[in-house]
Amino acid sequence: MKPAPFDYYAPTTVEQALAHLAEHGDEAKVLAGGQSLVPMMNFRLVQPSVLVDLNPIPDLAFIQPDENGGLRIGALTRHYQVEVDPLVAVRMPLLHEAVPKIGYPQIRRRGTMGGSLCHADPSAELVAVSVALNGRFRLRSPKGERWIPAQDFFIGLFTTVLQPDELLVEVALPPLPARTGGSFMEVARRRHDFALVGVAAVVSLDGKGVCRQVRMVFLSAGDRPMEARRAADVLMGQAPTPEAIRAAAEIAASDDIDPSSDIHATAEFRRHLAKVLARRALDQACRRAAEKK
Amino acid sequence: MTKTLIGKRVLRNEDPRLLTGQAQFVDDVEIPGLLHAAFLRSDHAHARLLGMDVSAARQRPGVVAVFTAEDMGDDWQPGPPLVSPPPTAKDVLFYSRRQVPLVKDKVRHAGEAMAVVIAESRYIAEDAVEDIVVDLEPLETVVDLEKALQPGSPLVHDDLESNLAAHLSQKKGDYETARRQADLVLKRRIVIDRGAAAAMENRGIVADWDEKSQHLTVWDTTQAPIPIRNGLAARLGLSENQVRVIAPFIGGGFGPKMMMFYAEEMVIPWAAMKLKRPIKWIEDRRENFYATTQERGQIHDVEIALSRDGHILGLKDVFLHDTGAYDPYGLTIPLNTQCHAMGGYDIKNYSTDVSVVFTNKTLVTPVRGAGRPQGIYIIERLLDIASKELGIDAVEIRKRNLIPADAFPYKHGIIDQAFSPLILDSGNYWPVMQKALEMIGYEKFVRDEQPRLRKEGRHVGIAITPFIESTGVGPYEGARVTVEASGRIHVATGVGTQGQGHFTSFAQVVAQQLGVAVSDVRIVSGDTAEFHWGTGTFASRGAVVAGNAIHAAASIVRRKVLELASKELQTPQDELELEGGMVRVADIPDKSISLGELAARANPLRGAVEPGTEPGLEATSYFGPRYGATAFGTHAMILEIDPETMMIEIKRYVTVEDCGTVLNPLILEGQIHGGVSLGIGNAYYEKLHFDENGQLLNASFADYLIPSATEMPRIEVGHMETRSPLNELGTKGVGEAGTIPVPALFAQAVENALADRELEILETPLSPNRLYELWSQKEAR
Amino acid sequence: MRKLFDLALTVNGTRHEQAVEPRTLLSDFLRHDLGLTGTHVGCEHGVCGACTVLLDGEPVRSCLLFAVQAHGHSVTTVEGLGAIDQLHPVQEAFRQAHGVQCGFCTPGILTTVVAFLEGNPDPSEEEIREALSGNLCRCTGYQHIVDAVRLAAQTSKTAHEQPAR
Repeated sequence: MKPAPFDYYAPTTVEQALAHLAEHGDEAKVLAGGQSLVPMMNFRLVQPSVLVDLNPIPDLAFIQPDENGGLRIGALTRHYQVEVDPLVAVRMPLLHEAVPKIGYPQIRRRGTMGGSLCHADPSAELVAVSVALNGRFRLRSPKGERWIPAQDFFIGLFTTVLQPDELLVEVALPPLPARTGGSFMEVARRRHDFALVGVAAVVSLDGKGVCRQVRMVFLSAGDRPMEARRAADVLMGQAPTPEAIRAAAEIAASDDIDPSSDIHATAEFRRHLAKVLARRALDQACRRAAEKK
Repeated sequence: MTKTLIGKRVLRNEDPRLLTGQAQFVDDVEIPGLLHAAFLRSDHAHARLLGMDVSAARQRPGVVAVFTAEDMGDDWQPGPPLVSPPPTAKDVLFYSRRQVPLVKDKVRHAGEAMAVVIAESRYIAEDAVEDIVVDLEPLETVVDLEKALQPGSPLVHDDLESNLAAHLSQKKGDYETARRQADLVLKRRIVIDRGAAAAMENRGIVADWDEKSQHLTVWDTTQAPIPIRNGLAARLGLSENQVRVIAPFIGGGFGPKMMMFYAEEMVIPWAAMKLKRPIKWIEDRRENFYATTQERGQIHDVEIALSRDGHILGLKDVFLHDTGAYDPYGLTIPLNTQCHAMGGYDIKNYSTDVSVVFTNKTLVTPVRGAGRPQGIYIIERLLDIASKELGIDAVEIRKRNLIPADAFPYKHGIIDQAFSPLILDSGNYWPVMQKALEMIGYEKFVRDEQPRLRKEGRHVGIAITPFIESTGVGPYEGARVTVEASGRIHVATGVGTQGQGHFTSFAQVVAQQLGVAVSDVRIVSGDTAEFHWGTGTFASRGAVVAGNAIHAAASIVRRKVLELASKELQTPQDELELEGGMVRVADIPDKSISLGELAARANPLRGAVEPGTEPGLEATSYFGPRYGATAFGTHAMILEIDPETMMIEIKRYVTVEDCGTVLNPLILEGQIHGGVSLGIGNAYYEKLHFDENGQLLNASFADYLIPSATEMPRIEVGHMETRSPLNELGTKGVGEAGTIPVPALFAQAVENALADRELEILETPLSPNRLYELWSQKEAR
Repeated sequence: MRKLFDLALTVNGTRHEQAVEPRTLLSDFLRHDLGLTGTHVGCEHGVCGACTVLLDGEPVRSCLLFAVQAHGHSVTTVEGLGAIDQLHPVQEAFRQAHGVQCGFCTPGILTTVVAFLEGNPDPSEEEIREALSGNLCRCTGYQHIVDAVRLAAQTSKTAHEQPAR
């Protein structure tokens, strides 16, 4: 399975990359990790006539603390770098928990945060996690730049608000509030397959142990990351008892997601798994939150 | 004096080459001027080919030729029938329809080859494939086995009256009478679905026609180089001596590489002769899912009749077998199913009826297991159900029915895949099962651990599954053993090798006879220039049939060595020993002569040679067993399942094998481990999903799920040895043993783990989704 | 014919310069342009791992990289690990533990394992299986491969603990 021919550019600055994109528009595809794009090219499912390789650009990969206690991650940062970074483990444990579940070890050496987010596969771990963590994405174009909240970035199956002449260059993750716990869980056929269903849950408790903020986002449960708003509403202001969590999980599965059927799982089974995972993840997130000061 | 090498864990001769990337596989072959092929394949599963326009493809720069069925003219012929229906069986109905080189009138399965592009590179060839314009008229597809046989169904082969490819009934004893005498009759429908062999190396072929010497050399990822050589010679109008087929290192066979002739094997050598340029075609993974054969699809309506105390009085099986679009492989797989549906049990009344059905899907030919797993699945499921209905322990009911040790050779009488009446040559079944029970701690688990785990709310199940495996079938294999002047031994045999360690296990057999180091025995296999007669590796027969031919040839060479050495050393033969590459006189160590020196003396440049002797120290022998030896084994497993997600974890996995004399335990274990991994795939991960239009929905490794290292348990392997009386080495085959009982084992374990809902599993492969459905259908007790 | 790219890279310590089509996969470049056929191709969609090589020491799928992306970088293939008469310790461990059957997946596993053990010299069985989860094998059921990795780790540990002679 060999790819169709293309013209290749290897810019060394973001400006050069943007210039190529502006020139070629829809004919061009951006190459980052290539772990999703190149298989599709080998299958000839996509046949871009121009490939703009971002890998040579030096300052697009970084993991930096921001002064508020959050993190700023460059778009070309490899999953492996995120996986082993001590700052991520401390400041964003949910991300630290989710990244090892991305594909296989070799995939994580090349795959990038920006690539995964822009590919916008609803079964991608980072897609759901970026929404659960209230991430914001910095997009640059020849015209300037803009920041988009993660939840507004993903608008459909493999579809984002990114324009043909825009590049995602950075992800900003705000600091977690006090007494916040997270939990990432997924169910996959083999350990490293795409999740049948997955969930990223983040819960913040107040001084009395009542849920002050709840955010739960599902992967593989719709055509984009599915935020369980109704479930969150049910749990807000409640003590995280097993009954309250169970009720929230039920609502999440019945009202907040829109899973489809494929050869690996039916929509019904996905809903069932979503309910189970929501319950387990909320439980774990609440426990972890309670352990924090 | 020589330590026995048979049964030793000798390290493999072939490993250094494989480990350093120096071993030659077919795609590693490079020839000056090599061209590359890509095939245009049908997207439709069933369609009439109305026309094709290849002109644009022909004009693409870098394209040397484009061929269609029309271009092949009179050279276009379907492949030969590989296996005819058994002449020994009665009332066999068989309609032989074989695969074609390139589609001429009608596409019969998705992925069928319609045209071939030959170009300077595979990249350009694939570009040119996209240039071809095809006019296909889609037809209604035949996918469901039962619908395929209904009147009015579309026909896969228009010249037949129906989609029935074959029919065969076999009987032993009198089932109907047995049924009337039964205390319990169980009837069930069991559905088994397709899986792929999915060797890591896809298929490939390089064909090089030398116009000046009028000689064709072909490198092919085949398990059967000699039949390919013979068939190619016949098809291309050449003498067998003008054709050399080489199966170099092969990256896994598992059955489908035994199939011949694939379309590509018919087209590429033909094209090479036509263009007088060497051509290479390497299958890619997507093609492999469509164009390489698959197996396992069957639907069974079974019935078992038992007495109150659990004795099987009779078994009846009426089943449909999916052969895909063509049936070159005869009745091999369904015959294996028929012969294994009785398991290792003493069943005196048996009626089995198979209808083989054409469908618009990829061809079906043996994949490791080859019909045996289906047979074992049936009998083991029925016994599990019977055990519950009769209130007899699952182990006990099996023990009561196993063929006793004094009943061998046990004659079933029905015809097997080698056309002989099925005879189980030898065995000692119950002790094997007992050993498996001991190894897994069955009794203690059921009595103590499982109740404790259940109290904790955990769902952990245990299962045990005995099984037979027919192996080592004929017709024959041959080998030539030669002592060279260097003192090293050269062995040639016709069977190829795809990782089973033949280079080493066969060397052990020779080293044993001739007293040399295993590393001093060089095995050449898979090259028709080296050895002219043979069939191939299939049906777990390599070690048995080729191994015994090698043993026989080595024994003759040993005799020649002793005769000549006796003359040279002027010592009676019975005072001579072979050790360390020397022949020495026992008790007089300096009175010796090396094998190499003897070989030189056996082939003098001057002097008279006694009439009746042959030059050199060499022998060629053939071995054909009277019938195939039957091995026996038992697998046991402890499995935990999360009933909310239906995710599993295998806690323990035990196998006990009785395959007669073991040549190399290290290699044997490797075979078992690998077989179990395919079995686990067949049980819980691997299923080829065809939709109602005959489209394969999971034609990639992302969606066709082969177990990886994180899904596989550690496997504990136990041995017992009941020598086979059918060959001098006493061996039985074991190559497929790992796969055979696993789906049945899984079903039993899952039912046992989820015992609170009394599931009855009658299908394989399973999946979490499917288990969830079955679970949801049942109320908790 | 699209514009060719002047590729310069180091493979197993040797520098190579060649003009290549951008779409040439690194796996094909290594195998057919450089004749290093030790790296095998099993799927061309990044799942089987047979094509794994080390790019600047990191295990990556060569079927998912265009050769031009290796420009200015260093690639190590199985041929760069050891020779028939001088096996790399990991290769030797595979020999001892019967971690090879048909040998097709082996080169990809060897490069993966060499990189893995460098970062994790004393792994547990679970960690080993995790590290191998991106390399499919159809012959071995993985057990002897896991044993080989354990043996390699053990041997290396022992070698480090031995006082130098």
